[in-house]
Amino acid sequence: MDPYVLKTLNEERRARRAAVLVTDLGDGRDRIVREGDHVAGDLGAAIANAFRTGNSRSVEAEGRTFFLNAHLPRPRLVVVGAVHISQALAPMARIAGYPVEIIDPRTAFATPERFPEVALHAEWPEDVLKRAPLDSYTALAAVTHDPKIDDFALKAALDARCFYVGALGSRKTHAKRVERLLALGAGADQIARIHAPIGLDIGAASPAEIAVAVLAQTIHAFRSRGLEAKGAVA
Amino acid sequence: MDESIYLDEARDPLIIAESWMKDGKDVAIATVVETWGSAPRPVGSHLVIDADGNFHGSVSGGCVEGAVVTEAMDVIDSGKARMLEFGVADETAWQVGLSCGGRIKVYVERLG
Repeated sequence: MDPYVLKTLNEERRARRAAVLVTDLGDGRDRIVREGDHVAGDLGAAIANAFRTGNSRSVEAEGRTFFLNAHLPRPRLVVVGAVHISQALAPMARIAGYPVEIIDPRTAFATPERFPEVALHAEWPEDVLKRAPLDSYTALAAVTHDPKIDDFALKAALDARCFYVGALGSRKTHAKRVERLLALGAGADQIARIHAPIGLDIGAASPAEIAVAVLAQTIHAFRSRGLEAKGAVA
Repeated sequence: MDESIYLDEARDPLIIAESWMKDGKDVAIATVVETWGSAPRPVGSHLVIDADGNFHGSVSGGCVEGAVVTEAMDVIDSGKARMLEFGVADETAWQVGLSCGGRIKVYVERLG
């Protein structure tokens, strides 16, 4: 392995950016491909697949054998709102492999008693997200119902291109939210990425059922990343 | 519970390989590039080895690491990468092999 390639790969991994290490198993030469870099032909298609699935594998292309090692940041879920839904969502998401962080400045809600074993921040999203910024391998679910808390986080999630952005509230509530987000400078195409009402439409009624719907929608968004773009080109 | 969203720098084989390199050590990197059947470590897993035989990470959960470390010494000396294949063959299962019945292919290369 080329020392510079290793250094670059580790930099990408530390910064939570996806990269694929491509090694020619015939001559040992390797290089880094970053997400969004264009690689032509069969090799390019295999690399795109590695980014989408996170699966590493050997492929035959151009008469050679390449090993593609996919290094994807660990997906995580940031929940704004230490509410009843979050109490069910946190353990379920963790079991599904999505570590959870919960943000809620209302100290009566964000207590360790209500959220044992969860990374909990009893602070404003503005302050927490400055320390641990959102990124495209983060999902954000805003469930406080309070624009003072949710709006900033939603705008930040859209700007950071979070792979999933969901917001609790009826269509009527959402229409008002859209106006506020437009006023904050969000574009209409950005706002269209928000899942509202939040969660897959499974007829969820209780907070725990809504949590299932949110988690399912998050997983679907993660596993279908990039597929929409592909469809748009075809 | 490992909840870190960033890398586990103390245990990450590729981070360790980089820091060994910075310390002026000769390093080999072994990578699982293919698996068949029930393999203990997924494709893409790494074992890193220095010239003194220190190692970090795993390619098989302990079954074949000893053999990979030995081969890695030769790879560090010669600079020539090698492809190793390990599989279970009943009676050799507890020698150098995978008792779980799988087969793995491991690519061993020198860093630099």
